[in-house]
Amino acid sequence: MIDFYLNGQRQSGVEVPPDTSVLELLRTRLAKTGTKEGCASGDCGACTVTIGEPNADGELEYRTANACITPAHQLQGCHLVTVEGLARGDALHPAQAAMVECHASQCGFCTPGIVMSLFTLHETQRRTPAPLTQARLEQALGGNLCRCTGYRPIRDAALTMGDYPDTHPSWADDPGLAVDVGKQRQESPAELASQGHFSAPRDLAALRRLKAERPQARLVAGATDLWLETTQQLKALDDLVDVRRVAELNEIEATDDGWWIGAAVPLSRLEPLLEEAYPAFAHLLHRFASQQIRNRATLGGNIANASPIGDSPPVLLALEARLLLDGPDGERELPLGDFFLDYKKTALADNEFIRSIFLPRPTAEQNLKVWKLSKRREDDISAVLAAFAWRLEEGVMRDVRLAFGGMAAIPRRVPRTEAALEGQAPSLEAFAAAKAALDQELSPMSDVRGSAEYRKLAAANLLERLRLMIDTTHNDTKVTLDAYAH
Amino acid sequence: MRTLTELAPEASQQAPSPRAETGSGAAGQSRIHESAVKHVTGRAAYIDDIPCPADTLHVALGLSPVAHGRLTRLDLEQVKAAPGVVDVITIVDVPGHTDIGPVFPGDPLFVDDEISYVGQVIFAVAAESYQAARKAVRLAEVEIDEQPASLDPVAAAERGEFVRPTHHHQSGDWEQALRDATYVLEGEQFVGGQEHFYLEGQACLVTPSEDEGVVIHTSNQHPSETQKLVAEVLDIPFHAVTAEMRRMGGGFGGKETQASPWACIAALIARRTHRAAKLRLPRAEDMRATGKRHPFHNRYRLGIDDQGVLVGGEITVIGDCGYSPDLSDAVVDRAMFHSDNAYSLGQARVTGHRAKTHTASNTAFRGFGGPQGVMIIEQVMDDIARHIGEDPLTVRKRNLYRPGRDVTHYGQRVEQLQLLHDLIGELEQSSDYWARRQAISDFNRESPIIKKGLALTPVKFGISFTVQHLNQAGALLHVYTDGSVQINHGGTEMGQGLHTKVCQVVARELGLDIERVRITATRTDKVPNTSPTAASSGADLNGQAAKDAASKLRERLFDFAAEHYRLDRDGMRLEGGALVAGQGEAERRLPWAELVQAAYLGRVSLSEKGFYATPLIHYDRNTGKGRPFYYYAHGAAVSEVEVDTLSGEYQVTRVDILHDVGDSLNPAIDIGQVEGAFIQGMGWMTSEELKWNDAGRLVSDGPATYKIPAFGDLPPVMNVKLLEGHPNSQASIYRSKAVGEPPFMLGISVWSALRDALASLADYRVAPQLDTPATPERVLMVAQALRDAQGAA
Ligand SMILES: Cc1cc2nc3c(=O)[nH]c(=O)nc-3n(C[C@H](O)[C@H](O)[C@H](O)COP(=O)(O)OP(=O)(O)OC[C@H]3O[C@@H](n4cnc5c(N)ncnc54)[C@H](O)[C@@H]3O)c2cc1C
Ligand code: FES
Ligand code: FES
Repeated sequence: MIDFYLNGQRQSGVEVPPDTSVLELLRTRLAKTGTKEGCASGDCGACTVTIGEPNADGELEYRTANACITPAHQLQGCHLVTVEGLARGDALHPAQAAMVECHASQCGFCTPGIVMSLFTLHETQRRTPAPLTQARLEQALGGNLCRCTGYRPIRDAALTMGDYPDTHPSWADDPGLAVDVGKQRQESPAELASQGHFSAPRDLAALRRLKAERPQARLVAGATDLWLETTQQLKALDDLVDVRRVAELNEIEATDDGWWIGAAVPLSRLEPLLEEAYPAFAHLLHRFASQQIRNRATLGGNIANASPIGDSPPVLLALEARLLLDGPDGERELPLGDFFLDYKKTALADNEFIRSIFLPRPTAEQNLKVWKLSKRREDDISAVLAAFAWRLEEGVMRDVRLAFGGMAAIPRRVPRTEAALEGQAPSLEAFAAAKAALDQELSPMSDVRGSAEYRKLAAANLLERLRLMIDTTHNDTKVTLDAYAH
Repeated sequence: MRTLTELAPEASQQAPSPRAETGSGAAGQSRIHESAVKHVTGRAAYIDDIPCPADTLHVALGLSPVAHGRLTRLDLEQVKAAPGVVDVITIVDVPGHTDIGPVFPGDPLFVDDEISYVGQVIFAVAAESYQAARKAVRLAEVEIDEQPASLDPVAAAERGEFVRPTHHHQSGDWEQALRDATYVLEGEQFVGGQEHFYLEGQACLVTPSEDEGVVIHTSNQHPSETQKLVAEVLDIPFHAVTAEMRRMGGGFGGKETQASPWACIAALIARRTHRAAKLRLPRAEDMRATGKRHPFHNRYRLGIDDQGVLVGGEITVIGDCGYSPDLSDAVVDRAMFHSDNAYSLGQARVTGHRAKTHTASNTAFRGFGGPQGVMIIEQVMDDIARHIGEDPLTVRKRNLYRPGRDVTHYGQRVEQLQLLHDLIGELEQSSDYWARRQAISDFNRESPIIKKGLALTPVKFGISFTVQHLNQAGALLHVYTDGSVQINHGGTEMGQGLHTKVCQVVARELGLDIERVRITATRTDKVPNTSPTAASSGADLNGQAAKDAASKLRERLFDFAAEHYRLDRDGMRLEGGALVAGQGEAERRLPWAELVQAAYLGRVSLSEKGFYATPLIHYDRNTGKGRPFYYYAHGAAVSEVEVDTLSGEYQVTRVDILHDVGDSLNPAIDIGQVEGAFIQGMGWMTSEELKWNDAGRLVSDGPATYKIPAFGDLPPVMNVKLLEGHPNSQASIYRSKAVGEPPFMLGISVWSALRDALASLADYRVAPQLDTPATPERVLMVAQALRDAQGAA
């Protein structure tokens, strides 16, 4: 039984099976067909909707999401906004009006999703105006594919929608909406599904209890990996425990040596912290999936999913992050490097979950470089991901930590390569030795994203790029493209 | 005034883009898309949005997991018993034709015995819900005697395995030309295919109708063909089948022939169960089951003089057609017709093979083989430039068709000979080509890792269906007694703005504000026996047919008015929403609605049909000679790239385009077509990589692995202009030119610029072979090979 608001209208007691997506709910049960399905895998953005959730101040914060891979039950106590809910009578919302005037729709199938991304950008601008740089536009629109227009008119619409009279949808005038949604959320039952389970515990104790009672239940956080099992592989997901509402898993706690990041913190909430602490990591986040996905995807999910091509693990490995695992039998800490055992196999026991991730503070001289190679710059999975951390002490490299994704069955560090550089000046010889070690240490696969030879050559070349960057004689040589530099 | 936003500096370097114009909206103006407001509010309905009858069945398909083999056992008992399943059908349940090959036979609706590709349809399941149908499919027991799959088109061609016979064009003595040449160059290339990735996947909804018929709602570029095939499959007359098509969420050629099978299957279900049946393909199944742009292997051996001008030789193109002919004969023909692009080949022979492989049957895709043909000659231009040490632009200009060298290898004389020279000259100036060339050379000399590249490539694209009978169109115009006008025609709307343009044509002919003209869904019971909306011909053909209808009706109204109101018939005109007769003092104005009302009372028909057939065109397959094209459309693009030669990453930093649409019917829509086509062509050249595994299974079968350009791939600077002052030399609709396909080939400039950047690694003395798509992987591998070769030398 889901209670939520749709375009300002209360929806009560909606009953659907646990593995129903927001898109399915909209298009079939609620007969709202404005939101489109282009892929059902989170990649195209045609299904983009905006979800308003109450923040700490009780205001609704609006973020985009891919309706196709968002569990319907996660709408509990949210305000869902769809393309049908933007115009005020016949008066178009600025995002819509600008799209029309800029000729930014051709076949129109991507358009509702694009309008929702623009609407959300417009909302953000209303609250905290800031220049619309190319980078910001890419963040806002990188998850919306358009096969017809080539995007130029869409960019124009994004840049000019601020010129239009700020027509609000009528629900935006209702000051009580946020209160009502907040109340709904407060009153949410712990079990939302009427057949099967969609349990939404709110604190650690409840989560532990559920894990003890139903160790077989699948945990769901952002669902950006998990939901593909139903939309792509047609698996039934009928026994779910949602970690998104668990308070302890949503905290970011700063300590003297670092931060404990709750496993259910969405990536987009991590951005400010990473911008501060590790700009290279933040830059990677901007190329991690799309805004829609980052608004929902979690670090915990990225790690637990244990994909060899997950983007955060190599970086976290290079930074020597640790995990706090928890469960009915108590908690334990584990270096991230001990978590990944083999292809998609981890040290997590059946009744355990990841509670939080410890990210150490950067030390004064520490350098971090993170390089992601993929066919497309935005919203693509890495063919190779390299994370390099080191510091220079009197001309020699110290604390060298190198980790790779896409180069083995698990994300992993390369100790012999590290050893070849540790304590060495960044010389041609040292790097030649490092490349030789790397060649021995990694034997990547050939797959749809790249051949083994390419991966090997590229990984070695990234070491070369590193050398050129460190080597002061090359300081004025450009070694990365602007769009990839950080 | 900007309130909430500020222009980002990068984006502000743009040429101002056309904004929607107010005004009558008649042809020639930048009228907004007729569905624009519906698009942005979510009210534009696509197939899956149409409210369907409560008892609608949902159809899912059982697809072959194997590329080649024989079906030895098919047990569907568990499928039939699955929850919600109502009907399960295979080839034996087809009452009529089982082969739905559109032009030539070869496309069985369901597998009979032989399996020819992964994704071929073996059976269909209809169930109460989409999920139930999809889940039931998995319960089938299928046994296949698997045989080795043929996946290499070059090997297939060597073995003589073709879906259609090889065809030649020949002009003069090409062998002698090679002997006379100062230099003879050779080269080859692999040009990758392309997935359409229309955002709306294949979909249809079929409802049973009276008289044992069906009504088909289909996302489809060719409703008439679907009508025909459904009737043949059901074994009922064509008049019992109506196909309706309001709009597609993208087509690009992928819904020309390949939308029909789904309609046939859903129609079978609807007829058998007397219930509505909806079939929409999940993305991965869509990508596996349907054909793509043909991959090509091209080779050349051409002679040049000491100026780098072609004297002749030979070009061979091998199209990978997949398992059946589909449209491949015409696709490979078009590749051959365009293997000269804008340049005279001299005395040349062009050979086109249609290789058969065990993949889905490759099909129409924007450009229809033309782009793959253009690729070989554009490679030649760069190769010549490196060989003789001249700038590639200089070589291209020297080779353009010109007086004395104005007949193509298939015998068509190029009219508008000067146009491309002028267009390139103007673009060279506006893009500052030579200054940038100098700056790039300087930059590359100082920059060991990051290399820049620059290229200008033109396009000359032949407009007309090369199958002559398709060059016809019909329209149906109704005027109602309140003066509102409804126009219907045989073309389909897939985002290209065809309906908007046709409304503009009618508005112009009748002197009305476009608000009074409404277009309705394409339906086979309104305008029959139509051609596909393809070959960029939509507005050319249907615009003319609509104009024919409107002008006939106008003349009839003039006759009526002259008699009824005793007005001077000479000089009578429709403008500003009125009939105007006489001049000066004697001018009389009669509001349109009044005229229409009077005509109705005077018992004058207010309905008219129009028809059009393209004149002049002909082609003789036996001699490989003729005039297959009514005219050519032209354009050119300058692209600049920056390549990281250590990682293979690259960026397109600036693009300048000048494109010829004759006198534009709608500049905003035309610019939209040019830009969209360019980016799609760029995607084809760069990130869009189709990959099959050794067993013939497409592994890039979704947007997670198949990467079309995203927002950030839009070049930061992109200046697009339409060429002015060059109306079509032929009497096309208001002297405009087709625009759907030609600019697609402008994307080739990105590939050429990448080759240029890579060539700098060898001081521009080598023309590196760069197959496509030029992914970061391919770029890196070529860079590495060039470096290794330089190191060795
Ligand atoms: C379009 C698209 C693009 C993507 N792009 C990228 C990319 O660029 N880089 C990248 O790395 N990934 C990418 N992904 C994958 C995915 O977004 C990430 O892995 C994401 O971090 C998963 O987090 P989630 O919260 O959505 O996990 P979920 O899908 O909710 O869960 C994933 C798995 O982790 C388990 N799990 C979740 N939370 C916990 C916990 N606290 N403790 C134990 N187990 C848990 C779940 O049971 C499930 O098995 C992409 C996915 C999509 C759909
Ligand atoms: S439908 Fe493509 S992202 Fe949801
Ligand atoms: S307008 Fe067709 S996909 Fe964007």
